[in-house]
Amino acid sequence: MKEEDLTRQYKAVAIGGSAGSFSVLTNILNQIPADFSLPIIICCHRLKHIRSGFIEALEIKSTKKVTEPDDKESIKKGCVYVAPANYHMCVEVGNTFALSTEEMVNNSRPSIDLTLETCAYVFKDKLIGILLSGANKDGARGMKKIKEYGGLTIVQDPTECTIDTMPKSAMAITEIDYVYPVNKIIKFLNELHNYQNKT
Amino acid sequence: MQDISINDTKRICEVVKDKYGYDFTNYAMSSFKRRINRVMEIKKISTIDNLLAMIKNNQIAKDEFLHEITVNVTELFRDPSFWRALKQVIPNLFLNQQKIRIWHAGCSSGEEAYSMLIVLEEMGLLDKVEIIASDIDKCILEKAKSGRIQIRKMDINEKNYIRYNNNGDIRKYFQYEKEYAVFDLELLKRVSFREINLVNAVPFTKCDLILCRNVMIYFNQQLQKDVIRLFHESLFMYGYLAIGSKESIIWSDVAGKFLVVNQEEKIYKKYKD
Ligand SMILES: C[S@@+](CC[C@H](N)C(=O)[O-])C[C@H]1O[C@@H](n2cnc3c(N)ncnc32)[C@H](O)[C@@H]1O
Repeated sequence: MKEEDLTRQYKAVAIGGSAGSFSVLTNILNQIPADFSLPIIICCHRLKHIRSGFIEALEIKSTKKVTEPDDKESIKKGCVYVAPANYHMCVEVGNTFALSTEEMVNNSRPSIDLTLETCAYVFKDKLIGILLSGANKDGARGMKKIKEYGGLTIVQDPTECTIDTMPKSAMAITEIDYVYPVNKIIKFLNELHNYQNKT
Repeated sequence: MQDISINDTKRICEVVKDKYGYDFTNYAMSSFKRRINRVMEIKKISTIDNLLAMIKNNQIAKDEFLHEITVNVTELFRDPSFWRALKQVIPNLFLNQQKIRIWHAGCSSGEEAYSMLIVLEEMGLLDKVEIIASDIDKCILEKAKSGRIQIRKMDINEKNYIRYNNNGDIRKYFQYEKEYAVFDLELLKRVSFREINLVNAVPFTKCDLILCRNVMIYFNQQLQKDVIRLFHESLFMYGYLAIGSKESIIWSDVAGKFLVVNQEEKIYKKYKD
């Protein structure tokens, strides 16, 4: 990884994932430092009508507390947020969440595209977008937008993904900065943590 | 989808206000911009300037614009656990009186009000309740009044009802036609549907229970505050307010005048004037 990609003063990490990404997410959350300071905004496809259990399952091994934000809740440093079941989770100018029950996008609610696109618009080049394993193309447009706004883009290495459609769709429409297996994504986040704390 | 700048949203809001009399300035901009994009897609309009010109020249009807701008997605028994919690609360409404009034603010195509009718019918309370259901969107109110729900939407509705009730079959409240399931009109006629815009509404009556779920998420904090104040004024003392499961009243200046009845399901009770 280029040094300049580590030293930028980022404001948030946004992660999208679908089929096959749950264990990857738990790995990431359990191997980042407990005082990782950037907010982590996760949009993950999940069962639409099961409200509980998901957060708890993610949190079991996590070094950090994981929450579903309420509408208009402000985005705080060091917190991990997950899109609630059956709501799109967007980010609004002024650093708050804005939830929505709009029509499904890419057959999904929450839609990863909406989370990533609104993050891109608000955080511009101070955003890291990470797209993991998944069975549809949700997230591809969002990654493109992050790139357009100058943010850093990383996808999970398709050869390692349970289902590679999602990272591949992103790679097909955008020049992704880094294609990494999970262990390298985790290593990157840890290095990033050290750099962000140094400055 | 194109990015709409802050300046563009300002221009759009001004023209819309001028032409249609609706003020969207205090809507949540992330979703408002997507809805504008949606109108432009449906109408095949390529630039904001063209959109503004078409509104000014009466080429987009007010009702149609409003219908596309608003988000009408809803379900019967949306969040079944909420309805179970509400069922526990309802008997409390009758502690001091024989008859009560319920207001569904932002009822969309009616599913929330239909759910309420089913709950009350099953509790044997229907004769003791007056129900008002309102929305800003005229087209969607017409749909709500018709009782018709597209068959393809019934699957999730049937499942929600089972989750609410642990068993049972919601189909008994509907007549199934080719494309639509039609809600029991005998029940439906108990609801008075009204066109009310929460942005400039004034208290019009006092209620014992107000439901406003997944409506305020489309507003910014300022407008949310105003609307919560309106609800506070429109409730009798010890009346209840229910909002969407991911909404909050904490930043409202009247938050302290409500008690939390159920934090998870966002049910509150007014205990101070
Ligand atoms: C997502 S629906 C909520 C339906 C139902 N309450 C539920 O939770 O399933 C939101 C509704 O709010 C209505 N709405 C939006 N702005 C409004 C306003 N200013 N005044 C009244 N209703 C409004 C929309 O027309 C739409 O029907």
